Amino acid sequence: MAPVQTQSTDELERAFQDAVDADGRIEPRDWMPEGYRRTLVRQIAQHAHSEIIGMQPEGNWITRAPSLRRKCILVAKVQDEAGHGLYLYSAAETLGVDREELLDLLHTGRQKYSTIFNYPTTSWADVAAIGWLVDGAAIMNQVPLTRCSYGPYARAMVRVCKEESFHQRQGFEAMSVLAQGTPAQRRMAQDALDRWWWPSLMMFGPSDTDSPNSARSMAWGIKRFSNDELRQRFVDATVPQAEHLGLTVPDPDLRFDEATGHYAFGEIDWTEFATVMRGDGPCNRERLAHRVGAHEDGAWVREAAAAYAAKQAGRGAREAA
Amino acid sequence: MTPLPTSGLGVDLDVAAYALRLGDDALVLGQRLAEWAARSPQIEEDVALLNLALDQLGAARSLLTHAGRLLGPDADGHVRTEDDLAFLRDEPDWTNALLVELDGGDFGRTMARQLLVSAYQVPLYAALGSSADEGIAGVAGKAVKEVAYSLDHARSWVVRLGDGTDESHRRVQTGLDEVWPYAFELFERDPLVDRLLERGVAADPAAIEQQWQATVQEVLAEATLTVPETTWRPTGGRRGAHTTGFGYLLAELQHLHRSHPGARW
Repeated sequence: MAPVQTQSTDELERAFQDAVDADGRIEPRDWMPEGYRRTLVRQIAQHAHSEIIGMQPEGNWITRAPSLRRKCILVAKVQDEAGHGLYLYSAAETLGVDREELLDLLHTGRQKYSTIFNYPTTSWADVAAIGWLVDGAAIMNQVPLTRCSYGPYARAMVRVCKEESFHQRQGFEAMSVLAQGTPAQRRMAQDALDRWWWPSLMMFGPSDTDSPNSARSMAWGIKRFSNDELRQRFVDATVPQAEHLGLTVPDPDLRFDEATGHYAFGEIDWTEFATVMRGDGPCNRERLAHRVGAHEDGAWVREAAAAYAAKQAGRGAREAA
Repeated sequence: MTPLPTSGLGVDLDVAAYALRLGDDALVLGQRLAEWAARSPQIEEDVALLNLALDQLGAARSLLTHAGRLLGPDADGHVRTEDDLAFLRDEPDWTNALLVELDGGDFGRTMARQLLVSAYQVPLYAALGSSADEGIAGVAGKAVKEVAYSLDHARSWVVRLGDGTDESHRRVQTGLDEVWPYAFELFERDPLVDRLLERGVAADPAAIEQQWQATVQEVLAEATLTVPETTWRPTGGRRGAHTTGFGYLLAELQHLHRSHPGARW
């Protein structure tokens, strides 16, 4: 039997914060502040939605992949994304919401997904660039989440990060084959880097000076590093890779700063970021319409499965009677 | 394609042609299944359908590689790779059955087709596991476990859709009616199959059809679906005579590869 509740909210809050500060894990049945729960639901759901929407830009190239090996790798990758979506929706469900509810929030535009997936994939090199840059940026964001204070999210991220790391390596490898390929392939590779570089930097979110929820998420152990710190890490890791590929990062202000040991880079076009965020990027409408269309087209299948399960349960009950 | 040599070290045109039929079935079905990426009725089905696609594509890669070796070098001394065979053959050179190239249609039709194909591939690969050709036996030994999963998956959906709602019953029955006539091409015998049966390489189509009938009849009965009565038996895939939609499938499959002759990917 559960003990009679005697602690005040202040005491509970203090115990919660002490646990977080001591790098402990909060589990679904533990007490947590309502704001913590809401923040996690929003963040985990947006992450899940990003995986599901992210299947579209890459899935778009499965039927046209230029070799059978690349086709299989891409199918496996898109399948992994569906799998990540499933673990993440499950992690969110431990916080008392259900998948249907979250999908409805996505479909009605009340919850978001990563802005990166609102850009089109117009060439095969975009598949390689997404693996290399977008998955690379995702890993920078996600590895710290394996130590997030909320247990189910942290554990889901351990598995997700292992697979993302494989995706990033295959993306870089695919890009390096293009970069060393024919002139047309090299042009394709450079064009993809030109289009995906800045949107990839935007994946880390607004600059620290303009990120209202960051401090609270840090205090709650959901966030470990600031947006700008992670973005810098990504730039530092990726610029030498681009040089290795013989490709040019599309930033005239990019230079290595001996004094800091980091790459200094140009100003992000925050107007573009805001435009895509509010739904006016090149593919926002298309991505959402496709997602809603697939869901609506599948309604009769889900209804059939439910009707069949109900009939079976009825048959089982009759047999038992 | 360049004219084929008739002899040479390890060359076996009959086995090559048979491996190509199996490989083409697997590749074209894999391509059709993969079209469901990000379109399926629920996320679990995206995972499942892509898994089925991967199984078919994996088998196709091994079978095409095997066929390429058995075909022997072409006039330039080049041994055809899986990609040469997948991306550089024109429509009349493809020998997949028509059933696998049909458009997937809605989920009901896709599952009806999966049932008909899986109920064929399970006994097919089980028999080919002991083929006298080691390459084919090796692929079959691995694939038989995968297609058993595919059959379970198709069976459970056909039953749920058939015995689900009025709409799902109507849709899966319609899908079944549309794909059903194409199934019988899978059991045709021709001189190639006759020669390879004699050598212990091919599976016996009559024996497979018997097992196929038993499985399919049982599933359709459980699903409360009606076995279509039509006697129409479209055919031609094994000799390169395909349906209109196949050209579009090949255009999509091959366009990028063909746009960059000689490129590595």
